[in-house]
Amino acid sequence: MTTAPPTAPKNRTMMRPATVKTSRKKSATWVPPLLVALGIIAVWYLVSYVFLDEQRRFLLPPPHEIFTDAFFQPDVISDIMVALGRTAVVALVGLAIAIVIGVAWAVAMSQARWIERSTFPYAVILQCIPILALVPLIGFWFGFDYPARIIVCIMIALFPMVSNTLFGLQSVDKGQRELFQLQKAGRWTVLTKLEFPAALPAIFAGMRISAGLAVVGAIVGDYFFRRGEPGLGSLISNYQSRVQSAELFAAIITASLFGVVIFAFFGWLGKRVVGKWYDFSAS
Amino acid sequence: MTIAAPAVAPATKTDQLLNFQDVAMTFPNGTTALSGVDLTVDRGEFVTVVGPSGCGKSTLLRIASGLTPATEGVTEVDTTRIGYVFQDATLLPWRDVQANVELLAELNGVPKAKRRVTAKEAIDLVGLTGFEKHLPKTLSGGMRMRTSLARSLTLDPELFLFDEPFGALDEITRERLNDELIKLFTEQQFAGLFITHSVSEAVYLSTKVVVMSGRPGKIVDTFPVDFPFPRDPEIRFTAEFAELCGKVSHALREGHH
Repeated sequence: MTTAPPTAPKNRTMMRPATVKTSRKKSATWVPPLLVALGIIAVWYLVSYVFLDEQRRFLLPPPHEIFTDAFFQPDVISDIMVALGRTAVVALVGLAIAIVIGVAWAVAMSQARWIERSTFPYAVILQCIPILALVPLIGFWFGFDYPARIIVCIMIALFPMVSNTLFGLQSVDKGQRELFQLQKAGRWTVLTKLEFPAALPAIFAGMRISAGLAVVGAIVGDYFFRRGEPGLGSLISNYQSRVQSAELFAAIITASLFGVVIFAFFGWLGKRVVGKWYDFSAS
Repeated sequence: MTIAAPAVAPATKTDQLLNFQDVAMTFPNGTTALSGVDLTVDRGEFVTVVGPSGCGKSTLLRIASGLTPATEGVTEVDTTRIGYVFQDATLLPWRDVQANVELLAELNGVPKAKRRVTAKEAIDLVGLTGFEKHLPKTLSGGMRMRTSLARSLTLDPELFLFDEPFGALDEITRERLNDELIKLFTEQQFAGLFITHSVSEAVYLSTKVVVMSGRPGKIVDTFPVDFPFPRDPEIRFTAEFAELCGKVSHALREGHH
């Protein structure tokens, strides 16, 4: 623990404890998950080497083999990276479309009650439909290439955008609304200067959830269609059928990391845009 | 600070900014919030309404501002320049002080250069110069209320409505803001209609104290206050002040059964 020297100017004495506190907080958030990760790796090795005999070790290859047999193999890693690129394109395009449709739909619902009453139930139903059941149908209608994969992606990622945006638009403070009403502000002004900025934190929270789902959607579509240029889904499916377990694990880890990165990116972006005035840790 | 508003302005027709005759308000659910309210606010007057919680004091302001129409009676408001300060500061958290103060002018289509100057003046009047770039969350409750005041001042209001603006503030901040409000009142020449549940705040601020009874809200008594403006904070400790507070409190108790 550092303490400021007694001669330090006032603002420094105020700064010091604050920085100590945040760095302690940071280590507090990083250390426990790290310990869990080490624990998992330890158990993993234990299962791999102690519980599985050599013929069955492919079920759970020891962690380092995922690197030596997959990540460090140039042909394998290049396959994975190319597939990741295709999956990323599908996920990001799908997410972008889901964001645009979701925000537009929510804005429309916030502007007219009849639109909300007549269409919001379908947003909820969309969320309840097991998308996997629809995937074959989407394949029939839209083929098995990028458009179909993107559609699967949109269907999975859409709901959190719609519901979060709508919630954000509708939970504007009553006093703030009346402030605008007193100046006889029109709908467009209220939307652009009050409702939309007020909804931004909720919109970013929705984006973060949808981003994770978009990755799931991109992989699921590809995994089931298994046609066209292979993305991570096809690759996982191939490795699975050929019992290439180190490669399978490598692809799964890559997909997971991509999900985490895109989730973290939207978390960061939200903080960047509205973190100045909105405290995300409170929600 | 040369102009001292007369304690009670002569009530000629043109001086009347707000005139309520037999105003009643019944909500769709059947609750009667106000009944038979006669109230006038003239230029140069600062009228304070005291009453128990839920007596419809705020409804009175909502009617005066046009937010809610009254269900009965005559309501005449002889100006469009109405300032309205809410219980909460209702600042937009994503806008800094400057942008918050500019908001109303912006909504009224005032060009950017002009509203910047108006906002600067208002910020200056409430003593927030130097805090223009601060976001609301970094301000204290008192400073947020000052920002809210400044925002309404940009409208150059003739009639200023206050809905218990200082109710959530601590005693010291409240007294300071009372003094600054009196200063603004004497300098800016608006008429005030101020809602509070603090008897001493009511007596200290106003030229006329109106006492309301509990639901349905009715005016039970009116007390002229003739301490000179600008008010000396020390009057709070005089016998006349205490006596008037006593009378107002008594009327409040009488009207509250």
